[in-house]
Amino acid sequence: MAAPINIQSQTSFAFSWRMLWRDWRGGELRILAIALIIAVTSVTAVSFFIDRVERGLNQQAAELIAADLVISSSRQINADYIQAAKQRGLKLANTTQFRSVAVAKEQPQLVEVKAVTQHYPLRGELRIADVLYGEERATQAIPARGEVWVEPRLLQALNLKVGEPLQLGARSFTITQVLVYEPDRGGDMFSVAPRVLMHADDVAATKLITTGALVTHRLLLGGKRTAIDDYRQYVKQQLQPGERLLSVKEGRPELRAALDRAQHFLGLAALISVLLAGVAVATAARRFAQRHLDTSAMLRCLGATQRSIIRMFSLEMLWLAFIASSIGCALGLLTQMGISQILDELLLITLPAPSSRPLVLGYATGVILLLGFALPPLLALKNVPPLRVLRRDVTGAPVHAGLVYLGVLLSMGVLLYWQVGELQLVVYVMLGTLATVLILAIAAYGLIKLMNRLRQRVGVAWRFGLANIARRPASSVIQIVAFGLGIMVLLLLSTVRNDLLNSWQTSLPPEAPNHFLINVQPDQIAEIQAFFDQQGVATPQLYPMVRARLMRINDRIVSTNDYQSDRARHMVTREFNLSWAAEPQVDNTIVAGQWWREADHGKNLLSLEAKLADTLGIQLHDTVSFDINGTLREFTISNLREVDWDTFNINFFTVVPPGVLEQDPASWVTSLYLSPEQKRQLSQLVKRFPNVTVIDVAVIMDKVRSIMDRVVLAVEFIFLFTLLAGLAVLYAAIQANQDERRFENAVLRTLGARKPVLLRGLIAEFITLGALAGLLAGLAASALAWVLSVQVFHFPYQFNPIIGLAGIGFGIAIVGIAGVLGTRTVLTQPPVVSLRQGT
Amino acid sequence: MGSQQSAPFVQAIQLGKRVITSEGPLTILDDISFSIPIGTSVAVVGESGSGKTTLLGLLAGLDVPTHGQVIINGQDLGALDEDGRALLRADTIGFVFQNFQLLNGLTALENVMLPLELANAANPREQAAEFMARVGLGDRLSHYPNQLSGGEQQRCAMARAFAAHPKLLFADEPTGNLDQHTGKRIIDLLFDLNREQGTTLIMATHDEHIAELCDRRLHLDEGLLIKPDESSSDVGC
Repeated sequence: MAAPINIQSQTSFAFSWRMLWRDWRGGELRILAIALIIAVTSVTAVSFFIDRVERGLNQQAAELIAADLVISSSRQINADYIQAAKQRGLKLANTTQFRSVAVAKEQPQLVEVKAVTQHYPLRGELRIADVLYGEERATQAIPARGEVWVEPRLLQALNLKVGEPLQLGARSFTITQVLVYEPDRGGDMFSVAPRVLMHADDVAATKLITTGALVTHRLLLGGKRTAIDDYRQYVKQQLQPGERLLSVKEGRPELRAALDRAQHFLGLAALISVLLAGVAVATAARRFAQRHLDTSAMLRCLGATQRSIIRMFSLEMLWLAFIASSIGCALGLLTQMGISQILDELLLITLPAPSSRPLVLGYATGVILLLGFALPPLLALKNVPPLRVLRRDVTGAPVHAGLVYLGVLLSMGVLLYWQVGELQLVVYVMLGTLATVLILAIAAYGLIKLMNRLRQRVGVAWRFGLANIARRPASSVIQIVAFGLGIMVLLLLSTVRNDLLNSWQTSLPPEAPNHFLINVQPDQIAEIQAFFDQQGVATPQLYPMVRARLMRINDRIVSTNDYQSDRARHMVTREFNLSWAAEPQVDNTIVAGQWWREADHGKNLLSLEAKLADTLGIQLHDTVSFDINGTLREFTISNLREVDWDTFNINFFTVVPPGVLEQDPASWVTSLYLSPEQKRQLSQLVKRFPNVTVIDVAVIMDKVRSIMDRVVLAVEFIFLFTLLAGLAVLYAAIQANQDERRFENAVLRTLGARKPVLLRGLIAEFITLGALAGLLAGLAASALAWVLSVQVFHFPYQFNPIIGLAGIGFGIAIVGIAGVLGTRTVLTQPPVVSLRQGT
Repeated sequence: MGSQQSAPFVQAIQLGKRVITSEGPLTILDDISFSIPIGTSVAVVGESGSGKTTLLGLLAGLDVPTHGQVIINGQDLGALDEDGRALLRADTIGFVFQNFQLLNGLTALENVMLPLELANAANPREQAAEFMARVGLGDRLSHYPNQLSGGEQQRCAMARAFAAHPKLLFADEPTGNLDQHTGKRIIDLLFDLNREQGTTLIMATHDEHIAELCDRRLHLDEGLLIKPDESSSDVGC
């Protein structure tokens, strides 16, 4: 006699576990599991990485500024600050940073010099090695006088060894150590030039710091917390424009901002995979539910209540979510190591070991994804009437599609909010994604209809293939959109990125200046012009610049608090370079007011770049006051200019008429085009004028490109999961139609269709699907690239047909192969078996 | 088969089922009344479309009547909700179907284990294996339904039905999908097991020979119960 079957929780726990195992063995759960693993892997990989960087930043906050508090200034640190720090018993160290050109073996190389005093760094430590790639060790010392420690890449760039000399300005130094790690290096995350560390007392001998040179002075402070807090209060009141306070709390604002962006971007990238995985889960779950109608009816017939059926399937799904999430988390951990490896050089901080925090997100993603996307169709199983065991045509209330989509949207929103944490952004992204998907879906539907028209003109195999696509339009659209999205983001990252860079480069005139000379002293102008004259280079025009701080706009004292935007805040605190000129530069356009006449020379007028004026809220005829070399000077805005910065010609935000600043300390700058042969003469120039810094645009561009390459590689890594998720969607869709396909093929074979014909039909179907997805991806990527270049970067975009072709090729290869592989069992099963099993 | 004239175990009182079709209401069963004592075997006979399967569905509580009552073991099915009927089924009722209704993802043994597991029975595997041996499938435990012949599938289904020791067994054309020879062996097995367990059996069939093996017969024609005529062994109304 059987006991009443009211499956109690304990029983359903064990029973659901057994059901899980049985369904797994039957292959019913594979796609669900794979889709979950893909989603969880991509989410946790990003999360592990961001978490490590974030904790690294927090743990090493003091180390990252090499002190407890730092005052950064473009001028010599105010002696009062130093005095006040000493009074409070704080430990002090100074650093002086500037760019210069070092010469070794006749080769010039742009370097970033950092001159430090005893006790640097106050927090964290330097790590050095005796030889390139030698064993590194920590040190409390700083370079002795006459010695420099250099970064490995300088040794590589100039083919140098430890012990060899390096010329810096007027003085020669001996390289005594390889500088492997410098705690506060991070401020120059995207630094172009390698570091040269030297003793502060050697700076004067190099004669590199001349009037108007671009130098960053830092006062590093360390001590007890109370003393530091007290000092912070004091110094905050004293800060002048151009002076900045860096504290442990702010850590590395640039890295934190980059981290925020990375979190948003990588998080969203991972979320696209999650979304696609969700589509795969929903598709697979529908089939799962379909195939479990009989099980449910039988269980009901055997006396299981509706509640126990829901409980059992829910538990089975939870088991699956748990197992798949565990695997996903483990893979996420591995993937994260890959990302860290790729971005290692850019981060310049030591990452702590991964924490367990991302696991929460991983498991939550798994559970939410599975429940959100799979539960709605499964819930319908409770409605299966037990009568189905007698009448197969009875299916009960169908799954309400609205319920499914609501579940999908809600799950997506929750996940997105979790990743991004900003409601507004979540809404924008969701609407944007929906719009993109909708546009892609409509386009895909159109293409399918168009393709279907070709059916009359092709052979029997292709007709089968095209008919299959057209007959299941919803499923075909889902597959095309899923793959289209995956291919689109990869195209955008690979091909289009290069296209954008190339479009920009070709928009430059061929002989656009490719070198900048800065820090030229007034008495060197004639000599330098003569030097280039000798080399056969068109005599460069040099422009003066005088450093100044913006103090007032009209009667208002300038303060960062007046501005909202980061750019405005940055602009008001930076040092301005005031230049003077009788005529505007040829690439400047006056958009308001008038350029000065000769009669105006000597008057305190100012020509301001239009965008900056807009940013700072300065109008024509306003007055602005600058602190120039200690005296306050007032200027009236006489005109606003638009400047084409892309030309690489020397341009200034602020220009005054001749006869105003000539008596003030100025340095001169120029830009010029040098052919590869002329470039070789640069070392002579550096030797003759050691204080002059030469900046090679090509080197900077290369650096930018290599940084972009790295970042893109990391992002591509994440988008690889998008493609995998696309594959999961394809397989889920294939599985969903598998029984139908089997039956149709059996019928066709019974009617005499040979296997090769059926195979060609399958190939035709998936090649077409892949081509459509690729074509759509190519079009969408090109459209996005066009929007980016014209709307965001403002240069004409050259459409590249390769993108479309690459998309199509890629789509055909992946979807074609995967599709045929996924469906080939349809052909291997004897038709009689398929017919016996019915549809 | 020895039937006992005791209190009715299954009772139908003015049972009717009507469905709404596009051409108006359609009466599938009309005013059916009978009672079946415990341990009796009853054949429900009639042409295709006479309402046999519908009657079985109503009696088993798989479907609800438009009017009338079904009383099983003193319990009015109309007074129970869907889950209540499920519990009654779990406790009392077993099934054998024309199309076997084995779950394809499970092995033969697992199919038989299913009701035992759901009832949280002790040693479901051993009990199920015992019944598999009893129906002659002791060497087919790990086979999947699609690896079994039709006759084997039906034997497996019977093992599943009897493994839970139901008091009442419904069989819907159990030999409908089988050849004559196999069908006979299945029926023999069915009656053997039925006798062993003293189960009350209600079987829909259109095979007169099988019907004759039953203690009683219910003859359906276009949804109406034909009054017992020549056979005194027919169920009284």
